[in-house]
Amino acid sequence: MALPAFIVYASLYLYPALSNLLYATQKWDGITKPEFTGLRNITYLLTQDDLFRKALGNNLRFMLVVVIFQTAFALLFATFLLKNSKTNIFLRIVFFFPTILSSVSVGIIWTFLYDPSYGSITAFLKAIGLGSHAPLWLGNERITLYSIALTQVWFHTGQMIVIYVAGLQQIPKELYEAAEVDGASRWQQFKGITWPMALPTTGVVVAYTTIQTFRAFDLIFAMTGGGPSYASEILVTQIYNTAFISQKFGYASAQSIVLVVLVLFITWLQRKTLRMNDGAK
Amino acid sequence: MYKVLRASLLTIYATIILLPCMIVITGAFKTDFEIYTKPLSLPAVWSFGNFRKLFVESNIATPFMNSVIVSAFSVFFTLLFASLAAYAISRLMNLTGRVLFLLFSLGLAIPGQVNIIPIFHLFVNLHLNNSLLGLILVNIALTLPISIFILSAFFRDLPKEMFECAGMDGAGQFRIYRSIALPLSKPGLGATAIFLFVICWNDLLYPLMLITETGKKTLPLVLIDYKGEYFASYSMQFAAILVASLPMVVMYLFMQRTFQAGLTAGAVKG
Repeated sequence: MALPAFIVYASLYLYPALSNLLYATQKWDGITKPEFTGLRNITYLLTQDDLFRKALGNNLRFMLVVVIFQTAFALLFATFLLKNSKTNIFLRIVFFFPTILSSVSVGIIWTFLYDPSYGSITAFLKAIGLGSHAPLWLGNERITLYSIALTQVWFHTGQMIVIYVAGLQQIPKELYEAAEVDGASRWQQFKGITWPMALPTTGVVVAYTTIQTFRAFDLIFAMTGGGPSYASEILVTQIYNTAFISQKFGYASAQSIVLVVLVLFITWLQRKTLRMNDGAK
Repeated sequence: MYKVLRASLLTIYATIILLPCMIVITGAFKTDFEIYTKPLSLPAVWSFGNFRKLFVESNIATPFMNSVIVSAFSVFFTLLFASLAAYAISRLMNLTGRVLFLLFSLGLAIPGQVNIIPIFHLFVNLHLNNSLLGLILVNIALTLPISIFILSAFFRDLPKEMFECAGMDGAGQFRIYRSIALPLSKPGLGATAIFLFVICWNDLLYPLMLITETGKKTLPLVLIDYKGEYFASYSMQFAAILVASLPMVVMYLFMQRTFQAGLTAGAVKG
């Protein structure tokens, strides 16, 4: 019964993933005969390629910023929206809404909002007298990546709120009642009950958000294409450009191998940290 | 104090979500000048000119239909293949079942995006580039692991006794799958279907790589094209976003719960 799934999966997922390893050892423009170069792609990539290092750094910064803010906001708003009252359910629906849109649509909407001459954010800053301070959100190398990170947080925080609400609703009410009797403040209740009890959910949210940041190709492609001068290039956009713009397919495969290793390593690290925290409890 | 803080933060957040949506919805019917000067006002005149232009000049109906075809077939076959595999895995927890599960779990660990180069060459060699069938096959392969994961969690939660009784009554595995497992896991199948539909409808990377012919493009691809073509006209881009998002938004209005379940199942069930 698993045969159809297995055939499709093996031929269009496992086989390509394995052939990626072979491609990574070749110098190949996609047209002429590939030339075997062994580990040269990988060693060059890891030791001499400044652009790759830049994309890697961008990717990690983008990941950190989005994970920290998205998780913090989601947890905060989930504690606000915990009870299943009509207003709360309605607000959860509103906050979740951006998740169903395509990255391309969200990218276009925010390209408009960030537009230096016509965008609503600039208009808003002008209206409150800060117009002269409005930066080039997507044109200034130093902030582009963070502008896109903000968009990503707008895009997916609602999804994480829903995950958190489901997790927090599992916490027994008696714990809070007992804390209340003991006269614990809201902050103490959060620190003593909500945070430790929600750790497994936090693990899920952090892991999922991390994977999403590695998949932000669509959003970045729609907003900046990785520019200006590689300031918003992450690993997947660089792999795409190396292969389909520069026609270096072997080298792009080597880059994607590094991406796999990195994702596996980060996943492993997060699992381990989570387990350590579990043990400390 | 807490109540005031909570209310104001919720209001601010709701505004930040809703304002851009309002700007896009009203903007699609406005002139570009109105969008820049009065982004939040209703249009002075509700104009359908942008939509007429999209359908007549840019022929957005073709990519719309392409997206419908690709998403519908991808979701249907992924659900079919994944539910069969998930049933086999969750019912036959013998060696084969475990090996299969492990193999599919590998697909969860490897992000599908790293396969773009080998998939591209494989599909060019098989003449599956510039073909909707190619996109459907890619979608199925990429979403199978996560779907199998979600669905086996649902199947494992079903009461074992029902399967055992049916087995004793002489029903074969296919029969049990069709008449017991599937009907009982309708909520799970629905949530997974929505999850897959959102992914397929919104995907850009693989169509970008595989489709260059105008007649075969899907909606996210033409949205990117319009961004270049109508770069001076946000009202046109907004109109295109409305057309491209309409099916999702309408479905979301009627099935918020299924959407929320589906789009978080990938994280939670793992």
